Amino acid sequence: MSTELLDRIQFALTVSFHFIFPPLSLGVGLVLIIFGVRAVRTDDPKWRQLSTFWVKIYGLIFSMGIATGIVQEFEFGTNWSVYSRFVGNIFGSLLAAEGIFAFMLEGGFLGLMLFGGSRLGNRMWLFATTMVVAGATFSATWIVMANSWMQTPQGFEINDVGQGPQAFMTSFREVVFTPSFVPRILHLLAAAWMVGTSMVLSVGAYYLLKKRHVELARTMIRVALPMFTVLAVLQVVLFGANQAIEVSKQQPAKLAAMEGLYGTRSCAPMFILGWSDQKAQTTSGISVPCLLSILTDQTPDATVTGLEATPPQDWPRVNLVFQVYHLMINLGMLFIAIGGLACALWIWGRRLWTSRWMLRVLVATVVLTEIATLSGWWTAEFGRQPWIVWNVLRTADAESPNVGSGQLYFSIAMFVVLYALVLFVFLRLLDRKIKEGPPPPTDELVIESLPDSFGEIFRRRSRVSSGGD
Amino acid sequence: MSLSEIWFGLYIVIIAGYAILDGFDLGVGMLSPFVAHTDTERRIMLNAIGPVWDGNEVWLVLGGGALFAAFPVVYASLFSGFYLAMMLVLLVLILRTVAIEFRSKRESRRWRSFWDWVFSLSSFGITVLLGVALGNVIRGVALDQNGVMDVGLAGLLNPYSLAVAVTAVAMFSLHGGIFLSQKVEGELLERITALVPRLMAAFFVLMTALVGWTLVRSEAFAQNYRDRPWIAVFPALALLAVLTAWRQIRRAHHFTAFLASAVMIASLLGAVAAGLYPVMIPSSTDAAYSLTVHNAAAADETLTVMLVFAVIGMPFVLLYTAGVYYFFRGRVRLDDESY
Ligand code: HDD
Ligand code: HEM
Ligand code: HEM
Repeated sequence: MSTELLDRIQFALTVSFHFIFPPLSLGVGLVLIIFGVRAVRTDDPKWRQLSTFWVKIYGLIFSMGIATGIVQEFEFGTNWSVYSRFVGNIFGSLLAAEGIFAFMLEGGFLGLMLFGGSRLGNRMWLFATTMVVAGATFSATWIVMANSWMQTPQGFEINDVGQGPQAFMTSFREVVFTPSFVPRILHLLAAAWMVGTSMVLSVGAYYLLKKRHVELARTMIRVALPMFTVLAVLQVVLFGANQAIEVSKQQPAKLAAMEGLYGTRSCAPMFILGWSDQKAQTTSGISVPCLLSILTDQTPDATVTGLEATPPQDWPRVNLVFQVYHLMINLGMLFIAIGGLACALWIWGRRLWTSRWMLRVLVATVVLTEIATLSGWWTAEFGRQPWIVWNVLRTADAESPNVGSGQLYFSIAMFVVLYALVLFVFLRLLDRKIKEGPPPPTDELVIESLPDSFGEIFRRRSRVSSGGD
Repeated sequence: MSLSEIWFGLYIVIIAGYAILDGFDLGVGMLSPFVAHTDTERRIMLNAIGPVWDGNEVWLVLGGGALFAAFPVVYASLFSGFYLAMMLVLLVLILRTVAIEFRSKRESRRWRSFWDWVFSLSSFGITVLLGVALGNVIRGVALDQNGVMDVGLAGLLNPYSLAVAVTAVAMFSLHGGIFLSQKVEGELLERITALVPRLMAAFFVLMTALVGWTLVRSEAFAQNYRDRPWIAVFPALALLAVLTAWRQIRRAHHFTAFLASAVMIASLLGAVAAGLYPVMIPSSTDAAYSLTVHNAAAADETLTVMLVFAVIGMPFVLLYTAGVYYFFRGRVRLDDESY
């Protein structure tokens, strides 16, 4: 195998593994904020009980996000040194901004959030949680900004000042707000929230199936299900559609690959299922006539540019892009169906609580939303090939020249073994945490005695770590 | 002063921030098998760093990002040139993170002792690898005119760099020990109090020998100190800090001893940076190929944007770092949320 391919496999593997966790952190974090707001607003102890339970799961997920994220931070330099030299001026500053504005916020407040249950009143705990979740959201924003610049680069010029060609920033505003950025961050955040809410749904549905913690489980579903359903609809009709329009404008070759469209034509169809043969340049399957034209330009006669407008050596792997794209879309449709049906069963005489098949489906949704989210990124990234920076730098010219295939085989093998072990243990521990279930509610008096404002925190010595000076 | 020089200074501040903050929690990891005898004692040690270790590690991430942005050429050359070593760094970083998180999730003794060893060995591994990397940077590496190098793992493990690594192990263990003296009590505290002076003596001997070796080995380094005698304030400050730490330990003033130890780490890094400046990575092939503050820095537009980020971001970072340490001050008590 060429070193380029090995570098790509390694990057794809590690970043895809990393990306299992951020959407969970972002989405479960949002639900935790809702629990926290309820705990502050009402006297019902169940909200604090739910927070205590979910914070533990959050801690486990978050630490996996940290462990795998550090790899990504260094991998640009280790595996793509030519790329790093080329883009450092632009891309590096976004990554550094992520560190200083996002990770520092997360890292600072994470301890307070995870250990807050026995040390903080509802209000201050909500504050700490909100800071961590805000940090994670900023982090997603900066990293998507950086990636969007790779997809639709602008605001730079290329010069050689003695270290090979390098991209220099001409306008920071243009670098940050590339055309693809806003549609992508909206679509991504909605996806992450779907993953998080479906995680909460899954656990709630599991308890109902086992007839344990019934009241708390229903509360979880009452909070998560409406959010999930609304997001599923918005994702398909608004954010997803918007994303596709943007790709058709900015990266027509990618859009053509996503739909397996070789010839430029009007009334272009949109496939539901299909197979694309890149050699024969044909795509067959079940399709809706003219829908692609309608989607990109709101009229059936709109002309959609096919792959023929791009030289074949600049095509991505068409069928691969096609398949991962349609996996995402089809799952997106399925989520509307799941969410809609579950809501209907719930509203219609509260049948949801006893409908075992529906609960089983809900248990599975978290796996499906994870797959949809990953497929979305794969679409964006496989579709960008053969460019590492769209139409500017080729992936083949970007690898580290001094890293040989032996080293790459070693590191890939290392990550495969390590990640498989870590994932296995993570899933086992997650399973135990879920089976253990929520803790008993905390005594009112204990909660009241905890410090619940900045003033109280600083006046009183914190109770648990008191003693000895 | 040019922007790239300012960024060189800021970069040293970030590395020092990392070494001071993560340094003590790596030290706690390395000391844990030697001073903690029971499960409770090990948990107390782990929870002494529990709420802060992640925030500490972020300084390393920030170091990666800031290097990428401010000195992209160094980021690219160094990380690809030290490829296998970097992969091992990532390996131990991941193992350490999951060990802290997984360890107390099950009661089983074998489970706990397994992750305790992973935690301790990975803390040791990170310290050694970072020490070796620093040693090689001081020593110089085989950079060609394109800034490309390839140093195998065996090439990195030369005697000088190993000496830096051993000194780093002693330094972080000492720093961790001093940190723990503020955090634990009872028998554990007694054991640590007995160990700290010995660590201090070992560190002092190692450090003195290393300074001598560096000046003998590296002509450019010694020359820089002759040409710019004022930079001797860094080693002088380090010496003063060591003596202060010694005195405060004797008087059982643990907090000021810890501050002195932090100043010592920062001034030692300052001494190295001042000795290398303006070179960042010396080339052993030809001095003209060395990566310097001037030929490896990003353009002024980028450095300006980054400076704005730093000016806005750093006060917040310092504010919540200080807040969190204040909140979790005092000696550790275990409860059901502890690791
Ligand atoms: C959704 C957006 C998203 C994406 C596309 C990525 N990450 Fe990530 N990352 C996060 C969202 C996130 C997060 C939500 O902020 C995490 C996950 C859970 C967590 O602990 O923080 C995180 C953790 C995390 C950490 C650990 C931070 C710490 O120690 O607290 C690092 C260094 C990175 N990431 C770096 C990267 C890099 C270099 C990426 C690009 C290849 C990347 N991440 C993709
Ligand atoms: C987190 C979700 C992400 C996923 C699942 C993902 C997936 C992938 C995949 C599958 C590849 C390999 C493509 C191929 O070689 O065919 C790739 C490559 C790459 N991605 Fe991403 N990516 C993600 C986020 C990012 C982000 C946020 C960045 C930058 C900020 C990024 C930068 C890169 C780079 C530099 C490469 C290597 C060069 C290349 O193959 O083009 N990725 N990614
Ligand atoms: C069914 C309607 C949907 C449409 C039309 C749609 C459209 C798109 C398009 C065109 C892209 C490629 C963007 C690019 O190349 O930059 C994309 C990416 C993505 N999709 Fe979807 N999508 C849909 C549903 C979903 C669902 C249900 C999820 C997850 C729950 C999801 C998650 C993602 C993610 C994470 C990305 C990559 C990030 C990005 O580029 O913004 N999508 N989507």
